[in-house]
Amino acid sequence: MREKPILRVATKLLVPFILLFALYVQFHGDFGPGGGFQAGVIFASGFILYALVFGLDFARDALPAAVRRVGMSCGVLIYAGVGVAGMLTGGRYLDYSVLAADRLAGQHIGIFLVELGVGLCVFTALTTIFFVFAGRNRDLGPGD
Amino acid sequence: MTISEHLPALVVVLPLMAAPACVMLRHPFAAWLVASGTSWLCLLMSALLLRQVADHGAFSYQLGNWAAPWGIEYRIDMASAFILVIVSAIAAVVSLYARASVAHEIEQSRQYLFHALFVVCLSGLLGIAITGDAFNLFVFLEISSLSTYAMVALGRDRRALTAAMRYLVLGTVGATFYVIGVGLAYMMTGTLNMADLAARLPAVIHTSTAQAGLAFLVIGIGLKMAAFPLHFWLPDAYAHAPSAASAFLAGTATKVAVYAFLRMVVGVFGATGILAVAAMADMLMVVAVLGMVVGSAVAIWQTDIRRALAYSSVAQIGYVLLGISLLTEAGLAAGIVHLFNHAVMKSALFLALGSVFLRLGSVRIADLAGIGRRMPLSMAAFLVAGLSMIGVPLTVGFVSKWYLVEAILHKGLWPVAVLVLLSSLLAVVYVWRVVEVMWFAKPSALALTAVEAPLSMLVPTWMLAGAAVWFGVDATGTMAVARAAAAVLMTGVGQ
Repeated sequence: MREKPILRVATKLLVPFILLFALYVQFHGDFGPGGGFQAGVIFASGFILYALVFGLDFARDALPAAVRRVGMSCGVLIYAGVGVAGMLTGGRYLDYSVLAADRLAGQHIGIFLVELGVGLCVFTALTTIFFVFAGRNRDLGPGD
Repeated sequence: MTISEHLPALVVVLPLMAAPACVMLRHPFAAWLVASGTSWLCLLMSALLLRQVADHGAFSYQLGNWAAPWGIEYRIDMASAFILVIVSAIAAVVSLYARASVAHEIEQSRQYLFHALFVVCLSGLLGIAITGDAFNLFVFLEISSLSTYAMVALGRDRRALTAAMRYLVLGTVGATFYVIGVGLAYMMTGTLNMADLAARLPAVIHTSTAQAGLAFLVIGIGLKMAAFPLHFWLPDAYAHAPSAASAFLAGTATKVAVYAFLRMVVGVFGATGILAVAAMADMLMVVAVLGMVVGSAVAIWQTDIRRALAYSSVAQIGYVLLGISLLTEAGLAAGIVHLFNHAVMKSALFLALGSVFLRLGSVRIADLAGIGRRMPLSMAAFLVAGLSMIGVPLTVGFVSKWYLVEAILHKGLWPVAVLVLLSSLLAVVYVWRVVEVMWFAKPSALALTAVEAPLSMLVPTWMLAGAAVWFGVDATGTMAVARAAAAVLMTGVGQ
């Protein structure tokens, strides 16, 4: 890709905005269209674009396997953990109302955290799937 | 609220959270420790739930405190509690065995994945058993199935990949059919809660939409439980999966699918009376009897013993379906108790074979000549579980067949009873040809190199083989639970 300066420059310009848009979709999901899954996919697409233009090795350096593995695990743990938090604060599993003094605020915090877990998990899982498929027929990165 | 009130959620959530913990730890032993500890805790929780149901009757747990039928409801009655105990008991025993077996069969860097998948699968299977929501059941069905595909693909050679792929395709077709069936029922009733569905379906069952929904459900779940003739994925999957996975799946996956069938088809659609009217019970009986006889017959011709056992599983599912197809409480109880009995003996057989594989690297019948003299304890367990498979008195196999034949004769269907006995005779052939080679043939060069399996594999094998005798001698406990479970499922069906 060294001989394609337009692509390289355009990618460098676009990736931050893609990531920013993903964060918007993630955190504005309560009020508008969006949510964890969509945000995770968009966030992953930023890294996938980077990998397509600059090569898999750079993308792997930016997002090592260990980070992705921890991200995937933490995503699930955050989701399930929010449910357990509801249990520990006197409600039932996945009952967000008891997470704050106010029912509505509790529901808000609950769904916010759950979506955060979903976003993290989807982002790391999608990039891992892409890296593994793209890395076929060559040496896998450490831990993939 | 006390912790005991949260058990229904915890029994599913704990293994679900253990899986990412396994992935983060990555160390094979640490991951195994988490997986095995979780499995035993799940067994404890399931046992407590069963006792709670026995003492105080069925109860519900509302997820997120949203009231049923709008929210997702976990419903624990005799039937679901019994399945919870079966699944978690098999998981607990197999998890003990898994450490040595997995260390031998899977490369070091991937062992933690097996343990993580194992607990995800456990979580899915327990979820299917506990949920009272038709769509939630689909989600758990997929959780358990997806982890199963990956577990099968971790098998020793490349054939495991084709087996996993085939299982993936057919399993996904099954899941899709299930969700189409639920969708059609939802369209007609506007509800996904099982109890609510059962109450609303009778009014709309005359529509072809609801009837098509039932048909999709039957085929979809039929694929998942490997009912004849929808069993083609099963032999390859069991034969090429890692030994511990085969033992776990043989004891649990198809059983839980049968439970889903009982819940959705008998429990939900049974109330509409369509099972008796549309000759569905008769069709089910034909399929069950064919599966019984064909499965046993095909098992005789297999050279790979794990394939033989897999075909025998197809036959055993036939026994269970036969009990269900009688549509009497006694028949259903015989089918349900066979779920437990078959789980115990089939897992014991697969565990014993896994030990052979550890020592020989093969489970082909020719390589097993005389192995009984080199590994007497493992092979004695195989013998005990094999006798139970045939249905010899004082074993669990006999208990199931006794009650099944009794229920059949009660309905006056003596030709069917004869076919059950014929299928048992076929079981004598496929079990005995293995036992004969193991114990009476001159040891092969390969077999002479073998030594007895390590204690960590012997003990779990004998736990299950011992259970096959224990519950065969005294079946009052299991039968009482099975009868109570049958009574729960038959409410609405009538006699």
